[in-house]
Order: sequence, then structure tokens, then C-alpha cells
Amino acid sequence: MHPAYSVIFFTTAAGAGYGLLVWLVLFGILGLVPQRGWFVIIGFGLAFALITAGLLASSAHLGRPERAWRAFSQWRTSWLSREGVMAVLTYVPAGLLALSWTILEATGGLVALLALASIVCALLTLFTTGMIYASLRPIRQWHQPLTAPIYVVLGLASGAVLLALLQHIFGVAAAWAAWFVVAFLAIAAALKWVYWRTIDQVRRTYTIEAATGLGHIGKVRHLEPPHTQPNFIMREMGYRVGRKHAARLRLLAWLFGFAVPIAASLSTLLPGTFVPLIGAAVAALSMALGLLIERWLFFAQAEHVSMLYYGAEAA
Amino acid sequence: MTALPANTAKKLGLVIDLDTCVGCHACATSCKEWNTGGYSAPLTDQGPYGADPNGAWLNRVHGFEVGEGPTSQTVHFPRSCLHCEEPDCVTVCPTGASYKRSEDGIVLVNPDTCIGCKLCSWACPYGAREYDYGHGVMKKCTLCVDRIYNEHLVPEDRVPACVRACPTGARHFGDLGDPASNVSKLVAERGGFDLLPEFGYKPVNKYLPPRRRRDARMAPSPRAAMASAESTGGDSAERLFAWVDRVLSR
Repeated sequence: MHPAYSVIFFTTAAGAGYGLLVWLVLFGILGLVPQRGWFVIIGFGLAFALITAGLLASSAHLGRPERAWRAFSQWRTSWLSREGVMAVLTYVPAGLLALSWTILEATGGLVALLALASIVCALLTLFTTGMIYASLRPIRQWHQPLTAPIYVVLGLASGAVLLALLQHIFGVAAAWAAWFVVAFLAIAAALKWVYWRTIDQVRRTYTIEAATGLGHIGKVRHLEPPHTQPNFIMREMGYRVGRKHAARLRLLAWLFGFAVPIAASLSTLLPGTFVPLIGAAVAALSMALGLLIERWLFFAQAEHVSMLYYGAEAA
Repeated sequence: MTALPANTAKKLGLVIDLDTCVGCHACATSCKEWNTGGYSAPLTDQGPYGADPNGAWLNRVHGFEVGEGPTSQTVHFPRSCLHCEEPDCVTVCPTGASYKRSEDGIVLVNPDTCIGCKLCSWACPYGAREYDYGHGVMKKCTLCVDRIYNEHLVPEDRVPACVRACPTGARHFGDLGDPASNVSKLVAERGGFDLLPEFGYKPVNKYLPPRRRRDARMAPSPRAAMASAESTGGDSAERLFAWVDRVLSR
């Protein structure tokens, strides 16, 4: 599948933004991170900036972005519509919560409910994004039970890395945060490893014979395409640049997405303030790079059944 | 709404005879000609006279070689939207632009409300939906909805353009929900089949299998278009990644 750059940026940035929102609010109401002051202002600001930049970028891959508002209407059947609705809905409790914590400096009563609603909405938004891909039957590598959970966990992991960075910047770091980040990254790494093993071993049961219905006569081979140059289907579904480097790119995704952030997060446990701050920054930057590689592979390794009509033998 | 109708009064569709199709592409070109001025006009092309022409077509004729050795045969294989009874391309649409008509089962895209997100094309295993780069919306076979009910046309023209154009009579149009219709009888008589039935989309269009023959000729399998999808397609960033791909492969 063709990796739309805008969608790769959207899933990486917005995923981290919603993840950061979840941890900022959850640890805030648990009293583990500050609920007021610049920490919260910058925290909400960063989360909203990542989410908004991601959502705006995602509209860039539309042929008619000026009609994007129509995408809020079909939430009964469409995961993409559900995602759009949840993404916008999340702004309401999260925005009111940000105002309450930063300007009104209020945390109890109704504000606690807003906090809970923000967490639930952010988690649902992450899940709906994952389900857009997981619900597509023609793409075996996406139509997997782990696709949506991994997207949620990667969003939460990158959000946790960002929260730890904020804690170091504002001098409110705590050892538990480093261990929490390490644990979450380890879970994400393990899930991704299981996912990669799964799609490597999955049986590609759709064949060129089934696609043409001619298998009862004999083996079917692609003889001539309908046209000389690649069309939309071949560009969109037949994209495989990077696929043959999958093993190397997986290693890089693992290294930058999980191994380096884990090592860097552990380094934040060292004494002093400078080394831990650099460690937290390295973890965030490395994770961003690792996630971009992971997203690219997610697309490049996805095989679409329609390519059976264009020369693929199984999907 | 993009919810599917529980059932449709008719199941209008095509029956394509793989035995008599000679691969002349007349169905594809007449489809392009009619539909670039029809329901979802225009059907744009990019660089139609250049080195890398491409454009949106609603009907494509593939060629397959079936069987081995001297008894192998060439099968010309026209492929367009199958107007499935339970297709995901309709339900994934976030805007309601994609819909299935309850009166006749035709699957359509409303070009005025489509946002061009391309998700419907991802949900179609048959590759039937193409993005129109010039128009910014998805295009697909309309079963010539603007011909089949058009009383300004003489009755024999009230069939899809592809059916009207076919010089060998390999394409048939009718109500596949009516067991007494000519197309249903043809399907029963010749053993018409579904493409990828295991997918569960329940295609309405049916294909008739080629009869056995002995005069097929072997031919090489050109995959040039497949390879050039990676080397020439797209903008400068695309070509950069394709170049990096080649360098890394050395």
C-alpha cells in the first residue's frame, strides 16, 4: 500500500498527542504530576499542537479537503467517520479541562469528570484510528486482531516518552516515570514483534486463480496488463518500495522506536539534571524516528488483494 | 447513509462471457467515452499523450494465460465494479457519498459529496474503484445509470455503453435477482461464477467460464508496467524513494 506522507505524519503526531493527553490527565488527577502552572500549560499545549497538526495533515491526503466536514456523518458504519467524530469530540472535555486546570485552577468535582471524559475520548480516538486499518479485509497484514491495540499502545508509549521529557524540562522528574516509560516501551516492542511474526507466518489464501475464477482449468498466469503505464490501483495498492528491506527496516524501527528510547529513559535515572534531560530528549526524538519507520513499513508490507489482477500470485 | 439496504428490488448487473471476449477493449473505450460526459463526468487523464499517461477508467481488460503447455489458453478478462450485495466499499465511506441503491442495487459514488479519501478503494478487493486525480473524487462503474433509464435514447441503447459496444456479444445486462431473466438463465446454463466468493461481498456481476480449446499459444508474461510503477510513477519525492530503493538493493 502506498504510504501517504500526510497519513504517516498524522498517525505519528496525533498518536503521541493523544497519548500525552491521557498520561498528563491521568497522572495529574493521581497527583503524580503537577495540575497547574507552566507544566500543565505546556503539556496541554504540546498535546493539542500535535493532535491539531496531525488532523490538519490528514486532510492533506484528501482530494477535496474543503468537504472534510462531511466525514462526521457516517459514524454508524464507517471507522473513518467514527475517528473524525471522536477526534473533534475529544477537544471538548480536554479543552474545558485545560482551561479549568490552567486558568481557573480548579481540579475537583465536575472538573474530575472532565478529566475522566478526556482520557476516555483520547483512548477511543486512538482505537478508532487503528480500526480504520484493522477493518479492511482486502489487506491481510492490516486485518489482524493486533493492529488496533498496537496503534493504541504505540500512541500511549510515545505520549509517555513526551511526558517524561516535560517532567525533566520542568524539574519535576521522578524515578517511577522512567520505569513506567521503560515498561510501556517494552510492552509495545513485544506486541510489535508478535505482529511482525504473525504477518510473516500468515497464509496468503487469496490466489490469482480465485481472483479470476479460472483455477478449475489450470494454473493462471498474468499475461498482459490492461495498459502500458501504472494506474491508480497499481500506484496505491501495488506500492512496495521498502518491502524488500523489511528485515533491515524492522531492525531500525525496533532500534530507534524501542531499544534507544528504553536505554535513554534508563539513563534519566542517573544523578544530576543535565544527563537525564538529554536522555529524555534523545528518547523522544529516537522514538519519533522509529515510529516513522514503523509506519512506513506498515504500509509498504501491506499487500492488497486487488493486485492479483495485476500480476501478484497470492495475497 | 452508507448503511446497506437489507435487500434490493432488483439486482441489476453484468454477465461477462470469458469464452467469447476477444480482448478488443471496445467495452473499456466506449465506457470511458460515455462516462467522461455522463453521471460522474469528467473522467480525467494525466499526460494522455506523454511518456507516462494515466487516467481514471471504470472498466479494464486484463489478459491471463490459463493452463500449461500446448493446451494453455489466453483469457481476456474485463474487470469493473461487480455491484456487490454486501460490499465494504459502501460502509467504510465516511461521508455517505458511496451508496447502494435499494431500487436496483447499483453502487454509486455521489461526486458532489465525495471527499477523495480513497478508503473505499482500499476496501475493494476487486480494484474496481479508481481515484480521479483531476477531479479529486473516486470514480467507479455506474452501470450507465444515465443510459439504462434514459427515455431520450432508443430502447436498444438503454443498456450500459460497454454492453452496447461489445462486437462479440460477450457482455450481457439484466436483473440477476430475477431467476427468469435472460442473464439469470445464461448464468444457470453456462455455470456462471463469482469472483473471490470467499470474500463474502456477494458480487452481483457474474462471469461465464471459457470453453475448452486446444489452439492457445504460449506468450511471454510482460510485467513491465508492474516494474515501472516503482521507477517512473509519482512526483519527485516518489522517484527519490524509488532511487533509494534501487541503491539499497545493490
